[in-house]
Amino acid sequence: MGSIRLESVRKVFGDAEVIPGVDLKINDGEFIVFVGPSGCGKSTLLRLIAGLEDLTGGKVLIDDKDVTGNAPAKRRLAMVFQSYALYPHMSVFNNIAFPLKMAEMEKTAIDKKVRDAADTLNLTDYLHRKPGQLSGGQRQRVAIGRAIVREPVAFLFDEPLSNLDAALRVNMRHEISQLHHQLNTTMIYVTHDQVEAMTLADRIVVLNEGRVEQFGSPLQLYQKPSNRFVAGFIGSPMMNFIEGPTAAEHDAHTIGVRPEHIIVSKKKGTWSGVVTIAEHLGADTFLRVECGAIGTITARASGEFTVGYGDTVFLTPDSKKTYRFDKNGRTIGHRPQQADTTGNQKTP
Amino acid sequence: MATAHTRTLSRLMIAPSVVMLLAWMAIPLAMTIYFSFQRYNLLNPSRRRFAGWFNYEFFVTDPAFFAALTNTLVLVGGVLVITIVGGILFALLLDQPIFGQGIVRILFISPFFIMPTVSALIWKNMMMNPVFGIFANIAKSLGLQPIDWFASVPLLSIIIIVAWQWLPFATLILLTALQSLDSEQRDAAEMDGAKPVALFFYITLPHMSRAITVVVLIETIFLLSIFAEILVTTNGGPGVASTNLTFLIYARALLQFDVGGAAAGGIIAVILANIVAIFLIRMIGKNLEA
Repeated sequence: MGSIRLESVRKVFGDAEVIPGVDLKINDGEFIVFVGPSGCGKSTLLRLIAGLEDLTGGKVLIDDKDVTGNAPAKRRLAMVFQSYALYPHMSVFNNIAFPLKMAEMEKTAIDKKVRDAADTLNLTDYLHRKPGQLSGGQRQRVAIGRAIVREPVAFLFDEPLSNLDAALRVNMRHEISQLHHQLNTTMIYVTHDQVEAMTLADRIVVLNEGRVEQFGSPLQLYQKPSNRFVAGFIGSPMMNFIEGPTAAEHDAHTIGVRPEHIIVSKKKGTWSGVVTIAEHLGADTFLRVECGAIGTITARASGEFTVGYGDTVFLTPDSKKTYRFDKNGRTIGHRPQQADTTGNQKTP
Repeated sequence: MATAHTRTLSRLMIAPSVVMLLAWMAIPLAMTIYFSFQRYNLLNPSRRRFAGWFNYEFFVTDPAFFAALTNTLVLVGGVLVITIVGGILFALLLDQPIFGQGIVRILFISPFFIMPTVSALIWKNMMMNPVFGIFANIAKSLGLQPIDWFASVPLLSIIIIVAWQWLPFATLILLTALQSLDSEQRDAAEMDGAKPVALFFYITLPHMSRAITVVVLIETIFLLSIFAEILVTTNGGPGVASTNLTFLIYARALLQFDVGGAAAGGIIAVILANIVAIFLIRMIGKNLEA
């Protein structure tokens, strides 16, 4: 109970085509993350699924039933908003009880459900407070509580953690992940933070300008990005892209290599360059190296690797993990390039 | 932020205006209290002497006093109900995206800029006149007996005129409150299954409660002292049917030339206004906190 299917969903605001046409199939119980840069239409897509926006074209199916024309409440979905959207004049109890009250449920049943939800979310001591008296994390939990009590077929999260500080964000991320394992309900989660996407998702939808660039498991996206956009978006720090003669040597318009797939040495290597920034994080050291004609390359070295500004280092890309892209940015072969000197690996 | 030096300096700097304000308020009040204990009639000013509580007794036992008191409260209450309910409805209407929204809003606000005497005259001569007023024409075209507004329902007529003037103010304040409602809250309520009516009573109305409080407080202050509309239209009549406290005091001072009695009435009005204020703050003042 909780499969969601989008069939050529389109959305146009005035002259702007925000979503030109998206097909997606989300299985019951999956944790799906929509990720992409701001303005890529990921929130709009979520609101289309929720029913808060009207579709310009296409269909939304929940459990194989067409719900395109249904009001949001009839779709049996629950949503957690970026601003939490708690009702400021109601107590925590009434906030969580609101959807049940609107469903005209019996008073005793409401009471029990709200207390159960509060129990799960450690909110029992705060039931009589107003949202204004709660911390950010607690407000977040109230918003989740309000979603849980409705027992929806799927949860929709719209950047729920972006208003929290870094430490709390990690905490809430774990709580949401736990919640998913507890409830086993379909969840769709929108974020621009690829760390959240990689850690939470069963499968990730990478969106760019309203198009689905790739849909797959986190490791699939990391290991086998289908194009340059996905390759650049997934992974931190970002993949290095090199164009020109160096790429031509690999029979590609652009080649890409991740910072963690570059061997850094002080003695010898394929490329040489001067360190312009060295970030010592303890476990890792990230170097920005100015490599002349090749451009600026980011590379990861071990934490013990001691170089500083102005030092010369040598970089050797791992040829097994070098990606090749054609003129349109599509990955050539759509899989990591093999160690192969013949350069005859262009077949799609 | 303030050191001892700057604090002393700032106190010195604001002292003149504080003293000025205090004098402005205290001296007239003291003079009114003083006159309220004097037997002082302008028709016979030479017989001025101390009167004790006589002026108060005389004012309160006057049968017109209680009529005026009730009229004042009915006037304030009636106008408040009409402007708040009407204001909320109009605010909801004006919040909808419509063609020419800006012009419609300006047109809507305009009654507030019209002077009370002018609007009262227009209402008196063009709208409510029993012979050639618009209401009379409508009634006649429907075959009904035209209503002689100021003779048969004088207080209601004045309530209508004053409400017409204050409706734009209430609408304007409530409209801004409406526009500050977080759209995600509305979305959340919609997801939670709230129908439009429930959405209004559970989300929109509580959100506007603070603005409603502000409107009630501000309007009460001004409505307790309505005068021009009464003077221009009914002159407090027929009898005392549309006399409020302000008009009663005016009549005592400038029609009967009883300065002492009018001063006593003024002091009573001040006390009543404070009682109303205390009740209002008690009842709805908590909306203004936090």
